[in-house]
Amino acid sequence: METVIYTKKLTKRFGNFIAANELSFEVSKGEIFGFLGANGAGKTTAMRMLCGLLMPSSGEANVAGFDVYTETEKIKQNIGYMSQKFSLYEDLTVAENIRFYAGIYGLSFAEIKMKTDELLTKLDMRSEAKKLVSQLPLGWKQKLAFSVSLVHDPKIVFLDEPTGGVDPVTRRQFWDLIYYAAGKGVTVFVTTHYMDEAEYCDRVSIMVDGVISALDSPGNLKKQMNAPDMEDVFYQLARKAKRSE
Amino acid sequence: MTQLLSFIKKEFKHVFRDKKTLLMLFGLPTIQILLFGFALTNEIKNTRVTVLDYAQDNISKELISKIDNSKYFDIISNVNTEQELESEFRKGNAKIAVVFPAGLEGELKHNKKATVQLIADASDPNSATTISNYFNNIIHEYNGLNISKSPLPMQILAEPKMLYNPELKGAPNFVPGVIALVLMLVCTMMSSVSIVKEKELGTMEILLVSPFNPIFIIISKLMPYMIISIFNLIIILIMSVTLLDLEIKGSIMLLIFASTLFILTSLAIGLLISATAKTQQSAMMISLTGMLLPTMLLTGFMFPIENMPLPLKLLSNIVPSRWFFIIIKNVMLKGLGFSSIWKQLLILLGMCTFLLRVSIKKFKIRLQ
Amino acid sequence: MMIVTEQLKKVYGKEKIVAVDNVNLSVDKGEIFGLIGPDGAGKSSIFRMLTTLLIPDGGSATVNGFDIVKDYKKIRHCIGYMPGRFSLYQDLTIEENLQFFATVFNTTVSENYHLIKDIYCQIEPFKDRRAGKLSGGMKQKLALCCALIHKPEVLFLDEPTTGVDVVSRKEFWDMLKNLKQMGLTILVSTPYMNEAALCDRIALIQSGKILSVNTPEKLVNNYGETLYTVTGGNMYKLLNLLRSYEGTDSCFAFGNSLHLTLKYQTKKDTVVAYLQEEGFKDAAIQETIPGIEDCFIKLLKTN
Repeated sequence: METVIYTKKLTKRFGNFIAANELSFEVSKGEIFGFLGANGAGKTTAMRMLCGLLMPSSGEANVAGFDVYTETEKIKQNIGYMSQKFSLYEDLTVAENIRFYAGIYGLSFAEIKMKTDELLTKLDMRSEAKKLVSQLPLGWKQKLAFSVSLVHDPKIVFLDEPTGGVDPVTRRQFWDLIYYAAGKGVTVFVTTHYMDEAEYCDRVSIMVDGVISALDSPGNLKKQMNAPDMEDVFYQLARKAKRSE
Repeated sequence: MTQLLSFIKKEFKHVFRDKKTLLMLFGLPTIQILLFGFALTNEIKNTRVTVLDYAQDNISKELISKIDNSKYFDIISNVNTEQELESEFRKGNAKIAVVFPAGLEGELKHNKKATVQLIADASDPNSATTISNYFNNIIHEYNGLNISKSPLPMQILAEPKMLYNPELKGAPNFVPGVIALVLMLVCTMMSSVSIVKEKELGTMEILLVSPFNPIFIIISKLMPYMIISIFNLIIILIMSVTLLDLEIKGSIMLLIFASTLFILTSLAIGLLISATAKTQQSAMMISLTGMLLPTMLLTGFMFPIENMPLPLKLLSNIVPSRWFFIIIKNVMLKGLGFSSIWKQLLILLGMCTFLLRVSIKKFKIRLQ
Repeated sequence: MMIVTEQLKKVYGKEKIVAVDNVNLSVDKGEIFGLIGPDGAGKSSIFRMLTTLLIPDGGSATVNGFDIVKDYKKIRHCIGYMPGRFSLYQDLTIEENLQFFATVFNTTVSENYHLIKDIYCQIEPFKDRRAGKLSGGMKQKLALCCALIHKPEVLFLDEPTTGVDVVSRKEFWDMLKNLKQMGLTILVSTPYMNEAALCDRIALIQSGKILSVNTPEKLVNNYGETLYTVTGGNMYKLLNLLRSYEGTDSCFAFGNSLHLTLKYQTKKDTVVAYLQEEGFKDAAIQETIPGIEDCFIKLLKTN
């Protein structure tokens, strides 16, 4: 299996505060990797370092074959990013959003046109192409945002709480999209507060107080912790947390 | 009552914990005063002078050489007629002209008193006054020398004549202007922003859901800015007296009373803005373009209202600071009393009550 | 009855978007009543109407016997409200926030300290810290303290646990149980279906309409179909296979297994045989008790 994310003792300090402490893990191509942790455990910091937005204090990390210290621009070309809070421009139409994101990743005009077409068909949103994003239901927005984050065929996509607040059916449809992308070889790095979604991941890491305190498949974690579900696994680990944001 | 007090206390905490706002609140008047007081009325050197000498005698020659030797003046031309003089001004060659009347020496010996005319281009009123003050100094000096020479006191008087802007509007007038500007800025902008901030934060929801009377919310949101404004007013007055040697001629109580009225008016406008603005930015934009610009342009503080086209003149009537500006000027600079400003006070009072009523009525006790 | 709504309706904007569509609810005194539904379902609009912040466009409602439009002042005396987003002063400390809200409601912290004691003692060590610097869980506790400080009779909690981690969420629900013991009526909304089981009664809501009102147990009992869990092999492939299977009524991923309902003449053994034939040697199928989320999905389908 090809390794697409590799970290060794990756650390970020803010003054005396160690936000992320010696993180070491590997993620393989096409894997759905769940990145869990309590609020303030250091998830966001770790994710930002991997996306090339934050310089690590020490340790090694390699994303999509590029070094996080020296090749952040190349990393950015090879990853997609979607967060629940912001991804799409509400005052642009669906098609304009797709074109914009395709444009900033340097796709040619022909490619942009093709991608826009392909996406609208895939999402079954052809009739909504000229609608403002603000008029779409939340679930549609999130599906669109996810597809847009994949518009430049990245190797890895980072999803920050992608399914917050949507109804159970839409949430599952969203995961269908994730599975589909993973099936095509895209590595999915996802954070969530829904513990049933943790079960959908191939492997899950749980951060507590800046440290990865567990990393394995959901099945193995449940066995190790003697827990009925991932919620209980998480609860057992995160309860020990001492610090908060 | 304790509710109100604790609310006001909370507002002050917001103000004092936001260092940037704090700097703006108290730095603003200081910077304005310094800016207008020093940067804009700096000493002026090498002013271009034209001379029209009808006298052609010893005194006029002595004075001309004195003027020419001064670092403040450069004589650039001598003219022979008033027409020539005027054209020198029109072309902008001269900033100032000195006219020595015929028979100056004789007049002085005979009457012990003679007049020299000084004509200044007062379209830039600040420099015109400064220049004429320098000129007066030269004449004074000359008079002093003469007195020691002659047993009888003789005196030359300078008669200044201001072209284009005879009343010299704007010269020390900037202090009333700054007062109006600062009060407007603090009261209108800061208060509207601070109310809209609670809306943005969502705390307004909690406050409205509480049994706390909405009127109290208004009072306690506005009170700190009123207090800060009065404090600012005092700072400006103290600075004007100590730094700019300006004398407060009229009653300070009257000044503070009128200012309070103006502060209330500005607060009411701020409240009104907060009722429509949804974000802090838009509140700020509305206050800046809707209030600050008219205050700068239409109060007579930078541009004399008499010279404005009629539509602007009419528009200036609804700008509260226009009336406030007159009050401050009359009380502070001219030392006039209540009888001279009652009309303006009444207008301001009317505006204030009207705006307060409307804005309190518009204040939403619910969400949209 | 602590809260009663009759045909409550709210319409927004020029496009006349119906956010709340003829909602009828009644909440008993001393009950924890949950409004369960996704974002945009109309939960916050219902909360804002009941807390007198919005005027309904149709229907009526009472809180503690008071009309939400006419008697809004009386209602404002007897309710506590925690809006969806964190709505405290970030530049004030924990203690200052609490004291401020106490005085706004014309009371003191010490007067009702017994109500908040259990919650407040957890954040008290940080009482001099500014609210903006607190973690999600601590902010939530502080907000709850502030909503409780005037000893309200009804507590309105609009999505108090959204975006908060599992540990803090569990603690929060424990706190709500304690408050219920003290006699408070609590109306709470959440997008997390598993929290529904912790309420006395729940209303499932979608697109402004109430889908169902019941106790969690009865809701589950009324599911009306046999629900199976299916496990074994690659879940995504299994899911796609089952969805295309002719005997399948619905199939959804549920954590580490799939939840399956079958068309009525299909037998579970037939399904197992089919799956094994398709190469899923370890496929296992078992009858299971449905959860709230299963009920919600089913109601979404039938509506």
